[in-house]
Amino acid sequence: MSNHVLQKKATREAFGDEIVRLGKQNKNIYVVDIDIGKSCKTVKFAKELPNQHVNVGIAEQNGAGLAAGLATTGKIPFVSTYAVFGSLRMAEQVRQEICYPNLNVKIACSHGGLTPANDGGSHQSIEDMGVLRTFPNMTVIMGADYYSTKKLIEQAANIYGPVYLRFTRDTVPMIYDENEAFIIGKAKKLKDGKDIAIVANGDTVHLALAAAEQLEEEGVTVKLLDMHTIKPIDREAVIDCLSVGKIITIEDHNILNGLGSAVCEIVAEEGVGQVRRIGVQDQFGQSAPYEKLLELNGITVENIVKTAKGMLKEEFLHERNGHNV
Amino acid sequence: MINEKGIVKSFIAFDDALFLKIFDKEFKLTKDFMVLYLTYKYTCYTRIQIYNKEVIVVEESIVATLEKKAIELRKTALIMIYKAQSGHPGGSLSAADVIAALYFKEMNIDPKNPQWENRDRFVLSKGHVCPILYSALVLKEYVPYETVYTLRQYGSPFQGHPDMKKCPGVDISTGSLGQGLSCAVGMALAGKRDEKSYRVFSMIGDGECQEGQIWEAAQCAVKYQLDNLVVFVDDNGLQIDGTTEEVMPNQDLEQKFKSFGFDTRRINGHSMEEIVNTLESIREVKNGKPTCIVCNTAKGRGVSFMENVVDWHGAAPKEEEYFLAMEELERGLN
Repeated sequence: MSNHVLQKKATREAFGDEIVRLGKQNKNIYVVDIDIGKSCKTVKFAKELPNQHVNVGIAEQNGAGLAAGLATTGKIPFVSTYAVFGSLRMAEQVRQEICYPNLNVKIACSHGGLTPANDGGSHQSIEDMGVLRTFPNMTVIMGADYYSTKKLIEQAANIYGPVYLRFTRDTVPMIYDENEAFIIGKAKKLKDGKDIAIVANGDTVHLALAAAEQLEEEGVTVKLLDMHTIKPIDREAVIDCLSVGKIITIEDHNILNGLGSAVCEIVAEEGVGQVRRIGVQDQFGQSAPYEKLLELNGITVENIVKTAKGMLKEEFLHERNGHNV
Repeated sequence: MINEKGIVKSFIAFDDALFLKIFDKEFKLTKDFMVLYLTYKYTCYTRIQIYNKEVIVVEESIVATLEKKAIELRKTALIMIYKAQSGHPGGSLSAADVIAALYFKEMNIDPKNPQWENRDRFVLSKGHVCPILYSALVLKEYVPYETVYTLRQYGSPFQGHPDMKKCPGVDISTGSLGQGLSCAVGMALAGKRDEKSYRVFSMIGDGECQEGQIWEAAQCAVKYQLDNLVVFVDDNGLQIDGTTEEVMPNQDLEQKFKSFGFDTRRINGHSMEEIVNTLESIREVKNGKPTCIVCNTAKGRGVSFMENVVDWHGAAPKEEEYFLAMEELERGLN
């Protein structure tokens, strides 16, 4: 883990940097832009690798279909747009022409979650990971910071099949140093403890980390996972949390069908454990500072700490009641 | 007795069987009378008749050969749909002639190597008429003939809509209208970027042109100067709820594509001569423009009671109708 916790960078920058590096290594790597290359950080790729770059204009559906056609010839296209469009405007094209034939297309989206904060509710993408999680063959990923996102992009390019990668528009603190290794589908364990487990992803991992440190100061030990891949989710890592028994999930996504839901599915199937989901409260956002939007949804360090204490208190009450009976 | 053009390399009579060696392929003919169609791209179409072990080579025009192929395709599609009691005969029949010209003359393909990277591609954007595509794949021997009896059945390569993962020769899965053309554009663009010589053919429906994505793909094909892309519009004038005129008028599709920057033609999509001549005329054109050939066609073409009848869009023939249809098509062969 990095010592430069205060340094911040948007994870879309990681895409802009990494895709140029990958494109130079492998001429089959293509970027399909949908006009917004400047804000998706693909301008450098377009300039340096014009023969591997396509810009379809403001036409997401064609962008997805064209990428599928490219993939049938052995190319590895990264379709680059905003999360709300990449997951919804072209959802059916991604299903029919990319996931159904299991083609090697990556959907790389900036402006994930509430991070396009001042753009307002129309541009904040709170359903994307949930929607794409239900498409067979699709892998769904959100890195927590700049370096982890870079590593996950590299991995996505190297595995066969459709991958959805989600980046932040706004800056998030750097958590990892550049030598940290990541494997798609394997959660990164940031802390180990036995009182409470916290499972976070994307831009909420640093909040979870701060909350865990606060809890530790108060004597509560925390198991903390960065669940960068929500599909295929690291089932073993979630089951490992069941030894702790109490799990809090945190995500910059609707609490319906995202990370929290994915964890709940496993917990319910295992039949033990308790989960509290922190995330967007099934409501649209609005133009506001990013921190304000997080606060409106309880995606804060304070709320994580409060939720953890609440769960621990419940256990205490439960045990006491148990003794009384 | 043996073809003076040198196509038949050797001829051996052996008991009741005849062996014809043509190029490197050996054909075994076990009946006294057999007709063998030989189709050679860009050269000649020759029919070899064998009467009592005597080989007679009869030259036949390309057009006549392809017309017969189109009828065979129609028959095969109807066999499939009848057996499955499900499928889309109307649009299959309207598309048959263009498909015959593509698969039995124009396209540079190798059924033994369906993934050959320099093959011409075909994208059936109006994927629901796949029985006619499957018929071409059967007759080109991409899959065994028996596959015709498995349309829409569990485990079949012949899924209800084309599935590239299950059926060799299908270049991309389609079925949701409006999407295939974008894939064709992607394939053609890759060909250009890699300086490959292959071409990409796509067929879209006139009803399908109501989908906005068709026009997204069209503008993109023009931007990237994809003169290796040929789009056929099967303009049969009907869609599920009625005529395209009633449901959503397309205006003049040829003019629409022209205004997008395509090289366009409007032809009779049931005149094999026009189809062949048009393909001939555009084959070597390298003008930086994609081509669109709008084909005036009739849904259900070739079966009198299906022709231009909207209800035959997605209905399978009953037994009596099936035999009537096959009889009509058979008559066209003789």
